[in-house]
Amino acid sequence: MMKHPPEGIDQGRRALLGVAVGVTTAVVAPGLVLHAAALPSAAPPGAQRSGPVTDRVRWGLLIDTSKCAEGCRACVDACDRENGLDLQTRPAGQSGRAWADQKAVWIRKVKLADDLTGRVTNLPMMCQHCEHPPCVDVCPTGASFKRADGIVLVDRHTCIGCRYCMMACPYQARSFIHEVTHDQLTRVPRGKGCVESCNLCVSRRDQGAPSTACADACADAGHHAIVFGDLKDPRSAISQALTGLPNRQLREDLELNTGVRYAGV
Amino acid sequence: MARTLISAVLAALALVGALAAQVVLAGDAQGYVKAGSRAAAHGACVEPTQYMRRHHMDLIQHQRDATVYQGIRGTRHSLAGCIDCHVGPGSDGHPVAVNAEHQFCRSCHEFAAVKVNCFDCHDGVPKGGPLSESAQSALDAATQQGRGRGNADGSVRSAREGQGQ
Ligand code: SF4
Ligand code: SF4
Repeated sequence: MMKHPPEGIDQGRRALLGVAVGVTTAVVAPGLVLHAAALPSAAPPGAQRSGPVTDRVRWGLLIDTSKCAEGCRACVDACDRENGLDLQTRPAGQSGRAWADQKAVWIRKVKLADDLTGRVTNLPMMCQHCEHPPCVDVCPTGASFKRADGIVLVDRHTCIGCRYCMMACPYQARSFIHEVTHDQLTRVPRGKGCVESCNLCVSRRDQGAPSTACADACADAGHHAIVFGDLKDPRSAISQALTGLPNRQLREDLELNTGVRYAGV
Repeated sequence: MARTLISAVLAALALVGALAAQVVLAGDAQGYVKAGSRAAAHGACVEPTQYMRRHHMDLIQHQRDATVYQGIRGTRHSLAGCIDCHVGPGSDGHPVAVNAEHQFCRSCHEFAAVKVNCFDCHDGVPKGGPLSESAQSALDAATQQGRGRGNADGSVRSAREGQGQ
C-alpha cells in the first residue's frame, strides 16, 4: 500500500456507518446470529438455495494472465450465451461501430503492451466485485448493491437508468441497455433503461452449480486461465492458487478490495 | 317500519348483486386461463383464486425482493412460475407469450385497465430453464447424477416441473 495516496481515501466514514449498522442489527435481531450457524454457506451442489445468501462466502475470480491466449474469446462468448447477450440485435440504421460501442458487454478482452519491453499481456476484464464498490456509493436509488456473498449487481426494478454507476466504476464494467429487449432468458431478465454488468453467474450460484460460464469455457478451451471460488474458504481452489501465485488487484491504489484478482500483470 | 323494510330490501338486492358479480368474475377468469396451458389442467392456482386475483402482485413483488437480494429462487410465488403455468400454445403449438394479445396476463389487465410492467424485462415465454446447458452438465458432473433439469428449447413444459412450485 502507498504511504501517501494522491487522494486520501477516507474509509473512516464507511467504518463508522458499518459500526452503526452493526449495532442496530445486534439490537433489532439478537437471535439472527444463532440462526446463521445453521444456514448452509453456499447452496450444496445440485440444490436450489432455500435460505438467504450469507457473508460466510465471498465469491471471486483469479485470472492467470500468463495462460490467457491472444485472440481467444471463449470466456466472452460463453458469458454472452449464458446471459442471453448473444440475443441482442443491432437497431435498424445504427452503424456497426456505434453498435459495437453501445451493445451490452459483460466481459471485455484487454490487451496490454509494455512500450519499453514489448511484452504483451491479454486479460479478460469484467466487474471486479469490489468490497467497497463506487457504483454502490453513487447510486441514488440503492439499485446498485452488494449481495451478502460479495456479488455486486443491479436491482433492475429500482434502477432509473441515470448511469452514475457507469461513470463511477473505475473498470468500465457496466453497460446500459438502450433498446427494447426481446427473447430474454428466464434466468436473466433484462430490459431497456437499466444498467447491468457481470454478476458472477448469480443464477448458477443460487442453483448450486459449481463454477461460472467464463471459467468453464476457458478450461474447455484448454487454457485454464480463470479460477472461480470462495475467497473466504482457505481450502478452495481459488484460495490455494492465490496463496501460491503472485497476484494483485488492478488499481489497488483505489483500495476497493476487488474480488477479481490477476496474476502475471 | 317502512324504512326498515326498504333498507332490508336494499340490502338483499345489494347481496344478490354482489353474488352475481362474483359469478360473472369467476366466469371471466375461466375465460382468461388459456386452454392448453398447465393452469387449465390444474384445478387451482398456488393460492385460492380469489386471493390471487387481488394479491398476486404483492406475492410476486415479495418474491422478487427475496430473489434479487437473498438469492432465493424457484418458490411457488415466482413470476417465472406464473409464466410457466399460464403460457398457452398458439395454433402452431408453440408457446405464446402471456403478455401477448388475448393471453392470460394481458387480457385480464386490459379488462382491469392496469398497466403491467413485468414484461419490459421478463420475457412472457419460459426460455432457457434455471440453468444453462453448460451449467447443468457441470453440475451433473459435480454431483455425479443426471437430474434432467434445464430446458434449452423453451418448451411449454419447462424445467420447473417437480420443483414444488
Ligand atoms: S468493478 Fe465497477 S461495477 Fe463492479 S463493483 Fe467495482 S465499481 Fe461496481
Ligand atoms: S443507472 Fe441504475 S444502478 Fe446505476 S446508479 Fe443509476 S439507478 Fe443506480
